Amino acid sequence: MKPKPPPVGGAFSEPHLHLRMMSSPTFLSGVREMVGSVCKRLGFTDMQCSQIALAIDEALCNVMRHGYRRASDKPIWVSLWSLDSAGMAVSPGAPAVPAASGTVSELNAGSTEPDAVRIVIEDLAEQVDPACIKSRDLDDIRPGGLGVHIIKEVMDEAVYERREGGVGMRLTMVKKRSSNKPTPPTTPNSTNSCGTPKP
Amino acid sequence: MSSPTTFDFKDLGTMAVITPKGEIGYPEAAPFRTAIKQAQDKKMPRVVVDLSGVSFMSTPGLATLVEALQTSKRTSTALVLCGLQDRVRAVFEIARLQTVFKIVPSIASAMEP
Repeated sequence: MKPKPPPVGGAFSEPHLHLRMMSSPTFLSGVREMVGSVCKRLGFTDMQCSQIALAIDEALCNVMRHGYRRASDKPIWVSLWSLDSAGMAVSPGAPAVPAASGTVSELNAGSTEPDAVRIVIEDLAEQVDPACIKSRDLDDIRPGGLGVHIIKEVMDEAVYERREGGVGMRLTMVKKRSSNKPTPPTTPNSTNSCGTPKP
Repeated sequence: MSSPTTFDFKDLGTMAVITPKGEIGYPEAAPFRTAIKQAQDKKMPRVVVDLSGVSFMSTPGLATLVEALQTSKRTSTALVLCGLQDRVRAVFEIARLQTVFKIVPSIASAMEP
């Protein structure tokens, strides 16, 4: 029987943007462009938008390569919420309703930009121990193994967990508009002792 | 909107110049690897990768370059990267690879002896 996907976003409210895609690399470019473009409209800087797009790309790429082992016909869900400073979902960019004699400043006064964005990526891949999803040691220069490091460096939060129902993984990422990440390099701590492929 | 990435290859006798234009993510890593391998297989003393036309690079692109660097060390040839845009340079810095590669500002400086 086809597994029924749990509610998207787990315990979070209805997402402001929700996308279902197949696990084909063909769609990576379009998804990161869309999310980057949305974040630009939400008030993030160009560099922050490119960081968010990079994190999305790395996360989706990991699902395709490691979660679904390169199968291109599996589902992936991408959900996005704009958040206020308390981390609560806030409806973005509702234009102000001007008074009959409204001025430009009155029009602008009502525009709201969120403080952060939350992006959740979910799949139906085999579940793994979230503690085992780590980057390789950065001093061990070799191809691959950097996707998780990149995600954690450019986003303010990145949490992997198993989805409810015993199937699939969920990655929840948050990027704050006030963020100045990535921060200067720190000592890597990325030993993988789980014996699983390193994303 | 991004167009499909292209890979130009120039054989200049003593060096090869590879010029990708577009984005280098997961789907583009394989043709990128092929383009670099084509140059390295010719055993030229120097292979230059001009990244000035690359607006996006993720870890599959980085992995391809690390592979190429390992090949260049094994064959005692040079691999030079040039023209990195800010957002691509930022990815190298996050991965702490900016000091691992020889990175120069422009194609002109990459071609200097």
